[in-house]
Amino acid sequence: MASISGGAVELKRSQAVPVRSSLWRQAMLRLRKNKLAMSGLGFIIFMFLICFIGPLFSPYADGKIDTANMYSAPSWEHWLGTDLLGRDMMTRLLQAGRISLTVGFASMCISVLIGSILGAIAGYYRGIVDQVIMRVADLLLTIPSLPILFILGALLSEWKVPTEYRMYIVMLMLSFVGWPGLARLVRSQMLSVREREFMQAATVLGLDDRRKLFHHMLPNIIPLLIVVATLNIGGSILYESVLSFFGLGVMPPTPTWGNMIDSANNLIDFEQHPWLWIPPGAAIFTTVIAINIFGDGLRDVLDPKQKK
Amino acid sequence: MTEALLEVNHLKTYFPITSGLFNRTVGHVKAVDDISITLKEGEAFGLVGESGSGKSTVGKTIVRLADKTSGEVKFKGIDLHQLSEKELRKLRPKLQLIFQDPYSSLNPRVRVGDAIGEALINHGLATKAEARELVLEVMDACGLSTYHYDRFPHEFSGGQRQRIGIARALVLNPDLIIADEPVSALDVSIQAQIINLFRKLQVSRGLTYLFISHDLSVVEHLCTRIGVMYLGTMMETASRDELFRNPLHPYTKALLSAVPVPIPKKKRKDQKERIVLSGDIPNPANPPSGCKFHTRCPFATDICREQLPVFRHAGGDHYIACHLA
Ligand SMILES: Nc1ncnc2c1ncn2[C@@H]1O[C@H](COP(=O)(O)OP(=O)(O)OP(=O)(O)O)[C@@H](O)[C@H]1O
Ligand SMILES: [Mg+2]
Repeated sequence: MASISGGAVELKRSQAVPVRSSLWRQAMLRLRKNKLAMSGLGFIIFMFLICFIGPLFSPYADGKIDTANMYSAPSWEHWLGTDLLGRDMMTRLLQAGRISLTVGFASMCISVLIGSILGAIAGYYRGIVDQVIMRVADLLLTIPSLPILFILGALLSEWKVPTEYRMYIVMLMLSFVGWPGLARLVRSQMLSVREREFMQAATVLGLDDRRKLFHHMLPNIIPLLIVVATLNIGGSILYESVLSFFGLGVMPPTPTWGNMIDSANNLIDFEQHPWLWIPPGAAIFTTVIAINIFGDGLRDVLDPKQKK
Repeated sequence: MTEALLEVNHLKTYFPITSGLFNRTVGHVKAVDDISITLKEGEAFGLVGESGSGKSTVGKTIVRLADKTSGEVKFKGIDLHQLSEKELRKLRPKLQLIFQDPYSSLNPRVRVGDAIGEALINHGLATKAEARELVLEVMDACGLSTYHYDRFPHEFSGGQRQRIGIARALVLNPDLIIADEPVSALDVSIQAQIINLFRKLQVSRGLTYLFISHDLSVVEHLCTRIGVMYLGTMMETASRDELFRNPLHPYTKALLSAVPVPIPKKKRKDQKERIVLSGDIPNPANPPSGCKFHTRCPFATDICREQLPVFRHAGGDHYIACHLA
């Protein structure tokens, strides 16, 4: 019997890739070739590094008020000028970045955790459990996120939550609006994967439920979950800055990019002190774009059928 | 007489058709509507029928991927549809199904070697190291190479994937293999390779096959007995030689006259005059009254339109459901 059609092609490829290269490794190789996604990733890493390390080298890290230096324009001493209390804008921008990035990242983690556990339970057990979880999720999804966040934010102010805790509560708020979408995604993926024929094949082989769930279903869901989670960080950063801009999120003196823009929320500052709002605005804009570009690149790269 | 390995008695599988807001059942697709098959150890039974006649559903109902509506499926005397999930799971390695579609029946995220060997480990039939040995052995028997072990399904051609599906079933050393059109997705030269593989394995491992195909010429090479089904119902079963020499059912005759002859000029001895079927296979949700084949049968009479023919003995090992023959 002739051995295998296309054997030569297979051989050639076997020399090109390491023998037991996992799908993840292959995806990372493809990712490295995707210049746009890599520059997105590079920018995100850069942003994290300067926000978390940069302030350590700043002489203004204590955020002391300097009444002699209010509203000074960018200069050698203050690269991005100073604000209405004479604090160094550059240092504040990076400190704000710490908060904004942390809130975005942490709230994504919480909503992915809640969303995928609930979604997986709903999709795996179906029946009444599914009904209860998904009706709650649907209910939350029918109300647009921003109004919910505004109401929750207003309640926080009403209850006089201390400002140092608000950052954590904002994280929880963002997770609260984030989990239903993820739960629905995971559930629908579970339902669609379990209908695929390879799941029937797993049944015929007599594999147990654990094997089916962890080796056949989840590996087909996780790549998409990673993409959506990545894009979710960008969304959370945006929501956080909108909330903080309206004074409903993280409050000064804790800086975030959103409440920094808010502090330039009048015509005089807007026109005469552009260094107060352009840098935080640009920081939000570029970070969110970089995250979205990276997320899209991941989406392209995580499909195992993709060759390049 | 030794007990049959597989006994399918008057099997029916209806799929409900639901509609409207409350998913009311408004009818049934009678995908399998009275099928009986008896399969002895070492035998190869060919189940033939047009596309949509319910062949895959027969296979899936036997291995309980679909629920039966009535009838029974006995494997080694055990009624499979009466077993609990747990008991069935234990039995599954002995009863394997090779899927029709070699693309969708392999998980894109599982390495080929793992896909073939995982059931061995999961059932505690082998340790990891033993499984690896067994998998490599069976891959070799199926014409796959050692270096394919760590590859993912998307790196294979259709024919190679079909071999993976075959290897996945074989490694469990099953008593019965149901092969659902294992070659129909492949081009002709590869079809022959796979058929030869099946035949070789039948000899070397004494396998029992239920071989499903829409093509009589495919089962001719492999099967000792053949059943012809139409619209979910068995029309005729006989040994291969009897069926080819002396087909009784008009539908079988029509199918046989459509089998291509290797050298057209030299008419095959058993070649009957050509019967061309007009029209399409009717909708299984609304099958014709009486004999299901009457709408396309050139010999149909009143009784065919009114009365359902019983599946009766017609001498020797020949069974038929027809009023006229
Ligand atoms: N899960 C299902 N739900 C509803 N109808 C179904 C289902 N599976 C099959 N059917 C219907 O049952 C009939 C028989 O389908 P089946 O797949 O068994 O045919 P087949 O003989 O295998 O055809 P082919 O040669 O094309 O594979 C078809 O009309 C099909 O639409
Ligand atoms: Mg089929």
